[in-house]
Amino acid sequence: MQILIHLSFAILAISMVLCFVRLVIGPSLPDRVVALELLSMIIVGIIGIHALQSDETSFLDVAIVVALMSFLATVGFARFLERGGRRDD
Amino acid sequence: MKTGTLILTVAAQMLVPLQILFSLFLLLRGHDEPGGGFIAGLVVAGAFALHQFVNGPEATRRLLRVDPRDCIGIGLLLGVGSAFPAWWQGEAFLTAQWWDVLGFKLSTPLIFDIGVYLVVLGSVLTAVITLTEVDKDEA
Repeated sequence: MQILIHLSFAILAISMVLCFVRLVIGPSLPDRVVALELLSMIIVGIIGIHALQSDETSFLDVAIVVALMSFLATVGFARFLERGGRRDD
Repeated sequence: MKTGTLILTVAAQMLVPLQILFSLFLLLRGHDEPGGGFIAGLVVAGAFALHQFVNGPEATRRLLRVDPRDCIGIGLLLGVGSAFPAWWQGEAFLTAQWWDVLGFKLSTPLIFDIGVYLVVLGSVLTAVITLTEVDKDEA
């Protein structure tokens, strides 16, 4: 079980780095928005695994709130892109 | 402005009531477990912001029935009001007072939390709704 948890942490950490690379190099604004959304989903995953590891259920509420807020941020960004905000490609 | 996306509209119809319920849950259990006025206020502001993204700022104002700025005022009033019962009991300012009403434990920290809840709800919604309305005026 411990090995599985550490393995999941490692995989999520690697995907976080890859996401961050996409966030930095872009190249277009929608790419960056998707990278941010994915980053927050990875954070939700990390919180979930940490809740498993520490046997503390209240971390799951944190995951719920982070997921809700990131969903909202994505909707806001999508609206902004739809309206044709300043494109920094 | 309506976005008119079917997926978002349907998702919002299901998410908004659930999110408001979840925020009340966070608010009420905040004294003994993680939660409390601030995070509950953020969650409920998120719910109304989602409603606003789908239905436009006017619909959200109608749903709220009070101006978000009034929420800030009422919240601050409740926060200050929760400080006084301790004074009347001759204890130090802001000492928590607990009452047993019909088996429910009511307390001044709960009143203070509700105050924080309304302040956070009001300030976030004021910002979000005003931003959308300004955006619409310019377009």
